[in-house]
Amino acid sequence: MARMDFEVVVLAGGTSRKLNPLVSQEVPKALLPVANRPVLSYVLELLEASNLKDLIVVVEGEDAALRIGGWISGAYVDRLHVEVAAVPEGVGTAGALRAVASYLTANDVLIVSGDLVTDVPPGAVAATHRRHSAVVTALLCPAPVSGPSDTGTSGGKEKAKKPVRCNIVGLDPTRQYLLHMATGAEVEKDIRVQKSILRAVGQIEIRVDLMDAHMYAFKRSVLQDILDQKDKFHSIRQDILPYLIRTQLNSEVSDNGVIKSESGMDNISSQNDLRWLSQHREIAPSAFQEPHAFGLKSLPDARRTHKCCVYIANESKYCARLNSIQAYSDINRDVVGEASHLSGYSFSAQNNIIHPSAELGSKTTVGPQCMLAEGSKLGDKCSVKRSVIGRHCRIGSNVKIVNSIVMNHVTIEDGCSIQGSVVCSNVQLQERVVLKDCQVGAGYVVTTGSEHKSESLARK
Amino acid sequence: MDMRRPPRTVSDPKVRQVGFVTPSAAPPTRSLSDAPTTVAAASASSPPSGEISLLGSSLSPVMIPPPRHASSDGRPSAPVAVPNPASSLRRDSLRIRVGSYNASEVVLGTPPSASPSSRTDNAASEFSEETMSPWHGRSGTAKVASSFPGSSSEMIVMKTGVGGGGGAGSTPKSPLTTASVVKTLPGISEKEREVLMGTQNDGAGASKTLKEKTTKAERRALQEAQRAAKAAAKEAGAGVKPSTASGSAVVANTKQGKVVKPPPQKKDGPQIAPPSGSSEKKVVDRPPEKDRKKDVPAPRMQFDDKHRVEKAKRRAVVNQFEAKNRVELFRHLPQYIHGTQLPDLEGKFFQLDPMHPSVYKVGLQYLSGQISGSNARCIAMLLAFREAIRDYSTPPEKALVRDLTAKISSYVSFLIECRPLSISMGNTIKFLKNRIAKLPDTMSESEAKSSLQSDIDRFINEKIVIADKVIIRHAVTKIRDGDVLLTYGLSSVVEMILVYAHEVGKQFRVVIVDSRPKLEGQVLLHRLVAKGLNCTYTHINAISYIMHEVTRVFLGAASVLSNGTVYSRVGTACVAMVANAFRVPVLICCEAYKFHERVQLDSICSNELGDPDVISRVSGRQDLNHLDNWADNENLQLLNLSYDATPSDYVSMIITDYGMVCFY
Repeated sequence: MARMDFEVVVLAGGTSRKLNPLVSQEVPKALLPVANRPVLSYVLELLEASNLKDLIVVVEGEDAALRIGGWISGAYVDRLHVEVAAVPEGVGTAGALRAVASYLTANDVLIVSGDLVTDVPPGAVAATHRRHSAVVTALLCPAPVSGPSDTGTSGGKEKAKKPVRCNIVGLDPTRQYLLHMATGAEVEKDIRVQKSILRAVGQIEIRVDLMDAHMYAFKRSVLQDILDQKDKFHSIRQDILPYLIRTQLNSEVSDNGVIKSESGMDNISSQNDLRWLSQHREIAPSAFQEPHAFGLKSLPDARRTHKCCVYIANESKYCARLNSIQAYSDINRDVVGEASHLSGYSFSAQNNIIHPSAELGSKTTVGPQCMLAEGSKLGDKCSVKRSVIGRHCRIGSNVKIVNSIVMNHVTIEDGCSIQGSVVCSNVQLQERVVLKDCQVGAGYVVTTGSEHKSESLARK
Repeated sequence: MDMRRPPRTVSDPKVRQVGFVTPSAAPPTRSLSDAPTTVAAASASSPPSGEISLLGSSLSPVMIPPPRHASSDGRPSAPVAVPNPASSLRRDSLRIRVGSYNASEVVLGTPPSASPSSRTDNAASEFSEETMSPWHGRSGTAKVASSFPGSSSEMIVMKTGVGGGGGAGSTPKSPLTTASVVKTLPGISEKEREVLMGTQNDGAGASKTLKEKTTKAERRALQEAQRAAKAAAKEAGAGVKPSTASGSAVVANTKQGKVVKPPPQKKDGPQIAPPSGSSEKKVVDRPPEKDRKKDVPAPRMQFDDKHRVEKAKRRAVVNQFEAKNRVELFRHLPQYIHGTQLPDLEGKFFQLDPMHPSVYKVGLQYLSGQISGSNARCIAMLLAFREAIRDYSTPPEKALVRDLTAKISSYVSFLIECRPLSISMGNTIKFLKNRIAKLPDTMSESEAKSSLQSDIDRFINEKIVIADKVIIRHAVTKIRDGDVLLTYGLSSVVEMILVYAHEVGKQFRVVIVDSRPKLEGQVLLHRLVAKGLNCTYTHINAISYIMHEVTRVFLGAASVLSNGTVYSRVGTACVAMVANAFRVPVLICCEAYKFHERVQLDSICSNELGDPDVISRVSGRQDLNHLDNWADNENLQLLNLSYDATPSDYVSMIITDYGMVCFY
């Protein structure tokens, strides 16, 4: 039996277009290094820490699946029991679930996005889900402040000013039930709230400071029904979740079988009494329990309802999704900075991580919140601040690296200056290159003396 | 102090009787006549002596003493217009002051002669203090009090021991009715009765003698006489194999006996060697001793015992932080900071290994307050256990009976960590464990599991669902057209009664009394109004104003104890007292499975502490924030009690699934 009757599906995605040029055929999104570890490892280790060791990882694209499967079997042999399923590209999250839905047997399913970097215990979401006997429970977390918060550079300020893609979330006054959900694009227009839901709860709290963290607990039977019946549904977030929220007072999903298995009394006539009694004091949004009317004269066609719940993560928890380039640099910065407990490394007294095999030239300084992986060499008079440098990089003299991410096997020649940029693997930066807020795709060669600002450089 | 005591002893004995017996009927004979209505009449017949003596000697500070006119009022047939409510109220309030202050004085200034006497007289009192005895106060008076009922009730316990084997086998339908008294062999029951009478007399004598400061020798003689009587009874009882029918009677008695912790035989055996029949007693004693141990519930944890609390904490699954400003008088109750436990436990959802998911879910629901009300909690627990049993498989080289009992125990302790058990749940767990223990060895695992599951189903069905329906039928006969019914809080069975009465076309009006902080009455109001009932809603501070127009009070209960005390949602006692003062009959609706053999005189020794923060806030009034950060002020302690005890004097009638029992 699955642990606590929960099964876990990790949606690792494929090669996201948004993250170009960082991702490529060789490096699917799930394997993007965050603090020199693939981003997927954060989710897997979070689940492992929660004792969830039987996982299903769904990947878009055969190649990506092979790569991710290879990496997992190497890194997590003897630790996790992972099954990797490949789905064709572009099927969306709902499609990915549809592919594995038939393998699911447990009562509830925990669905986690592979790009989530968080320390919110998945158990909390699962427990909330169980407690409410909900159909779906979503993890919401305080929306992160985008852009580098502590640099004070102009670029950071601009980004902070840029309106964050906000979600509109409607909650009941106790903040347990999800009553409305609208994603960023729909925000510009008016919000339409269903009257029936508003009448049922009396009061809706509209929040825009919450982010959907893409960790959901679903009731398995309901999820499978929806996937079967609504074959147009493409994504969990845009189709399935709004559908469930919309219909929560007028449920079309067959919740019946679930009830029967819950109580399973042979005496059917006492069913209603029992439910009524056992839910007697549940002072939830009142309309949610009205249908289970008084047992002696139960209403013949009681409206069926289901519950959509939320678990709102504590402010002190870290929670971010790697879904944009900005988020990528934010997460990298946070993982070696304020959320350093996530990285799994032990920091030195200078609050940085320098692998013992890394070589530093004379008068080279590596500031706090930096990471220098094994085999990397830095020349003389270099300065590294708030940056992550990958394995086996060769960096010349007089190089400045600030607020940047340098992946593996990168060659940086003398006199380069890199600020707020992401430099992918096998890139060669020739002498006196100046990069500011740039992304350099894998294998690219930046020629001597060139200066780039806010550009995306990649091989054609 | 002494000036005030005599009048109470005069007025009390009649009022404080155990069980549901009417004063007019001679207890032993009455139980023969109409079995169904006098629920646990036999149990009622046995220990009143202990009760009286106990109450005579110490009255707890919280218990509101009964009014003097207790015998005349409260008859449901006569809702007389209150002639002079003000005066009766005043008298009550006067008595309250006298009672409470006086009693505390008694506690503080124990007569020096009394406590040493108790020590020398009966070593059991010390023992009973450390094991579970409902009235162990820390005061000397309580000790004196507990010692004598202890000795007088020894006898009852003996009987238990004798019939212990058969007692457990009682059919689940009737653990509380003692109709079985009729069926027992006449010889035995007669003898028992004789002995009982004897004990009663002894007990009464004891209480009297205590007051007269008897000499040591006298008391010893008395005790020995009791011992001899007891031994005789035992021999008589041991001769006959008790049938299941008599067993159930014994069970009822066991429950009585357990309340008053029996003095341990081992301990006082060497100290006071009884001259007669000491050797044979030991021989006979052994098996009952064992049985008794099984029956006696584990001592309730005293939370002012630091050592024990530390130990329990290490074992605990739920992370428990102790509350800061604890109220001195209630230190023995579990008190933790609310609000920290739930997130902590939720985070550990997948980490706890042996817990069944459904049990875990129920625990979370208790902790979050999502499930409350003793019926709902009980049903939720049973359904969770049912699922756990369904998914259970005996590990290799283990016996199902033992392993499953251990499993259930671990589940129960987890549930206790989430929220202290209600009395109904305790009874239910006892039932379930009993069923497990009684499984025959020859049964296969799947058979045993299905039999347990159907047992649980039957329990829910018979004890709760159908019981409620029966209660409704009974209660509706008490509602007449034109009545104004008052109810307090949110009781599932009262709600069903009101709705049913409305459906059958009775014309009545409902007054819903509510109280902060839970305001559960609003839910009831909402539902009743939606069903078209005519309702009035008020808070408990207006109870004396609204009581004028009320003709009947219907209340739910968390438990009814064997001395008739109604243990219920806090505020119930107040409502019942005011109703009593206005001569309005108070009808308590309580399923029989919630009855408990414990005797509780106040709501201090056993209660549950709620979240103190909720009483510092007023819903909808953000500006009333004077008590924010109250925990920082060491001089301020907030107390949010969950239950209170209503003395039986305020109750006119208890409506159970076995019928209606009148109190006078």
